[in-house]
Amino acid sequence: MHGQISFCGDPVRIRTRALLLAIPAAFLGLLFVWPVLNIVGEGLRGDGRWDLSGVSAVVGDRDLRRVAWFTLWQATASTAITLLVALPAAHVLATHEFRGRRTVQALITVPFVLPTVVVAAAFLALLGPRGPLGVDLADSVWAILIAHVFFNHAVVVRTVGGVWEGLDPRVEDAARVLGASRWRAIREVTFPALRPAIASAAVITFLFTFTSFGVVRILGGPRHSTLEVEIYRQTADLLNLPVASVLALLQLVAVGGLLVIQDRLERRRVSVGVRMTSSRRRPVRAPWERVWLFGNLGLMAVLLVLPLAVLAERSFRTGSGHGLAPWRALADTSRTSGLFVAPIEAVANSLRYAAVATVVAVVVGGLAAAALGTARGRLARALDAALVLPLGTSAVTVGFGFLIALDQPIDLRANPWLVPLAQALVALPFVVRTMTPVLRSIDGRLREAAAMLGASPSRVWREIDFPLVRRAVLVATGFAFAISLGEFGATTVIARADAPTVPIAIDRLLGRPGALNVSQAFALSVVLMVMTATAILAVDRVRGRDPVSDGRGWL
Amino acid sequence: MHLRLERLAFVLAACVLSAAVGSCGVTTSKEDTAGGVTIRLLTHDSFALSDGLLASFTDETGITVEIIQGGDAGTVVNQAILTNGNPQADVLFGIDSTFLTRALEENLFLPYRASAIDDVDAALQLDPDHRVTPIDYGDVCLNYDKAYFADQGVPVPERLADLTRPIYRDLLVVENPATSSPGLAFLLATIAVFGPEDWQGWWSEMHANGVRVASGWEEAYYGQFSGGAGSEGTRPLVVSYASSPAAEVIYADPPIAEAPTGVITDGCYRQVEGAGILAGTEHEAEAGMLIDFLLSPEVQADVPTSMFVYPVRRGVAVPSVFLDVAVRPERVAALAPAQISSHRDEWIDAWTDLVLR
Repeated sequence: MHGQISFCGDPVRIRTRALLLAIPAAFLGLLFVWPVLNIVGEGLRGDGRWDLSGVSAVVGDRDLRRVAWFTLWQATASTAITLLVALPAAHVLATHEFRGRRTVQALITVPFVLPTVVVAAAFLALLGPRGPLGVDLADSVWAILIAHVFFNHAVVVRTVGGVWEGLDPRVEDAARVLGASRWRAIREVTFPALRPAIASAAVITFLFTFTSFGVVRILGGPRHSTLEVEIYRQTADLLNLPVASVLALLQLVAVGGLLVIQDRLERRRVSVGVRMTSSRRRPVRAPWERVWLFGNLGLMAVLLVLPLAVLAERSFRTGSGHGLAPWRALADTSRTSGLFVAPIEAVANSLRYAAVATVVAVVVGGLAAAALGTARGRLARALDAALVLPLGTSAVTVGFGFLIALDQPIDLRANPWLVPLAQALVALPFVVRTMTPVLRSIDGRLREAAAMLGASPSRVWREIDFPLVRRAVLVATGFAFAISLGEFGATTVIARADAPTVPIAIDRLLGRPGALNVSQAFALSVVLMVMTATAILAVDRVRGRDPVSDGRGWL
Repeated sequence: MHLRLERLAFVLAACVLSAAVGSCGVTTSKEDTAGGVTIRLLTHDSFALSDGLLASFTDETGITVEIIQGGDAGTVVNQAILTNGNPQADVLFGIDSTFLTRALEENLFLPYRASAIDDVDAALQLDPDHRVTPIDYGDVCLNYDKAYFADQGVPVPERLADLTRPIYRDLLVVENPATSSPGLAFLLATIAVFGPEDWQGWWSEMHANGVRVASGWEEAYYGQFSGGAGSEGTRPLVVSYASSPAAEVIYADPPIAEAPTGVITDGCYRQVEGAGILAGTEHEAEAGMLIDFLLSPEVQADVPTSMFVYPVRRGVAVPSVFLDVAVRPERVAALAPAQISSHRDEWIDAWTDLVLR
């Protein structure tokens, strides 16, 4: 890869990289690998002997085989429908310029970072027996599929759109001039350039829907179950760890396989040429373009904005119409209903926790990205994939793993710091994958020249890399913040009652009858929505000036 | 413009950082309350006490209590079993008869004879060896939508057996007993009411009569039921609690005099909730003081309005706001913990085959 004066094998460089990797590896080891090994080990050899009864129990169980099959096909169907709906949206947002485009782009990203408790409540209202659409889809597979499109739409739009806006439209124009039909130009010029990005987005969507929990449990009713839901049931409801461990391993293998596929696709994508130095969005002119634009915006409004609007409307509902009472009650400690603090305090908690989580994720992720940005070996790629594994692992596996793994030498289990650390674990892959491509794009010769001139590795980082990655750091900060705000997984196992986060407060409020409880839950959902939207909007403002879009989406 | 944006972004980033630093002070201040001991209470998501009650306990004893809410009652007991011997907390609150036997077989709790235990009726005692101390009780009952039955001119069903009649077709929603605690309680109620021989017959008739199953209480009450405030469904009958109408009144907005929902008093299942000292605790004496506190007149008088359950202690006045609207069924079903423990999985499987297939 380098010439004679290669620094790749330089012991100093290797040692620096090893040092950089030590903290991310330790972080992942302590908060993910160790807890998961513990809980899976407890299931497979609880009495000190290997007990593989779980394997035969899983293989022999007709219900579990059906669960595995349903997991697979609903993920496939969800991915296909998401692509079908989101690719036109990606086209509109990547190639057209219109007023409010950036706001639309930020708004449609909000669903991705919202916790399922919030969204499922809106969908229960929207798709339930008295929903405004007039169809009762509750408990049906359609409710699951629609919610999956809602959550993952942004994955496709951002991943594919990032590449699409970098494509030179003149190439497609040239094909048209040479006599190709519009369809043929798209098929033979644009599509091949987009194919790796589409495949990558499809893999990520498949990953998220394959491991879907809240949507399936709340909207799918008692007849639909995924591996993730079954892992939760076997662990939290039944404490049947032998079976839960086998299922967790099964899911881990599947997710690992998906990440390998994605890694292959990613490497292929680098070779795609036709890139621009700045995007060339065109204003909408022709009438059919107008129809296409408004058609797509309309679809996004129904699919993405309507559920959010339902949340907002419900937050103003009172027993006798609409009013501000639920919002006023947020600050009221005398009628807190099952929360130990005024609901509004959950907002402060969430901000605090998310701030700590963001700092941790950006520091740890930044170190990992710095190491991965200069390394290209198999080990580096393995770590890159390993950082995403927590996203594909059942939260209850990690959460219950915490309970038996983090008790020594200091008992971290009820430590308030564990909450932001768990959130950081979820935000970490987004940070690493935002920053690594930017660091990779830095010309290695620049670093080498600096090193040759006697700059220490830390000085090279400070004076060459940092100015270039500053923006990537800001983008990663915004994303990590939004994702930490919405995290509702492992936190539920370790949360302390005196400091609930917003998603947990919403969950508690929705667990009780009474008008105030429901409308306060919706009011808190709106608060969460606004906080995450603000973070995403800030991210897009910063990223919008990026001369070369990284084209990688964020995962 | 660009410069301004960048500055804004940096200011935001700085805020994030300073908030992070600020929170260090907040989170550590809890640990050192004037040299007193801190103990932890592991409990379910529905646990609540009025503002200031726990603080008064700290004032009296110097003991600070941290509360960990780890999920529903079953999940919390399972967490405790998983960490048996090296618990994450010192006291567990919220164990009921459904999980009692397994917890006792696992030697999860240390025996403790609460000072006020003799003020609790024998019928509410959970364990003769006092490893679990009863704290409160509540009933899982069918709730109905008053407006529906008034408007349709259909009589409110009085007994579970009535529900198989054609006029009640497609009206009931229940929770899945495999994933929901009230769902399991209602299944146990039907087994207690119809007997181990005949309960399946009632459920298959209900299946034919259009009973709907939701995953959990929230999906049933808000998603399928029609009667509660915020309910989005169409079914006028739901498995909930005898105290749910009281919650509808207390949390009404604006205030209402009468609950929109009522309780069917046949087929209610009584759940007695208890607390126990987790084996392996380093603060056994303090944990005992917390159990005494939970059984103190102050907490006992508070549980109706904070958790919508009844106190187990005799002679504790229940607030009138609760008494006026809450229903206390006269006859309630219950099964012996040992019987539940040995048949629970088999009953749930049989029910699943009957109703969900």
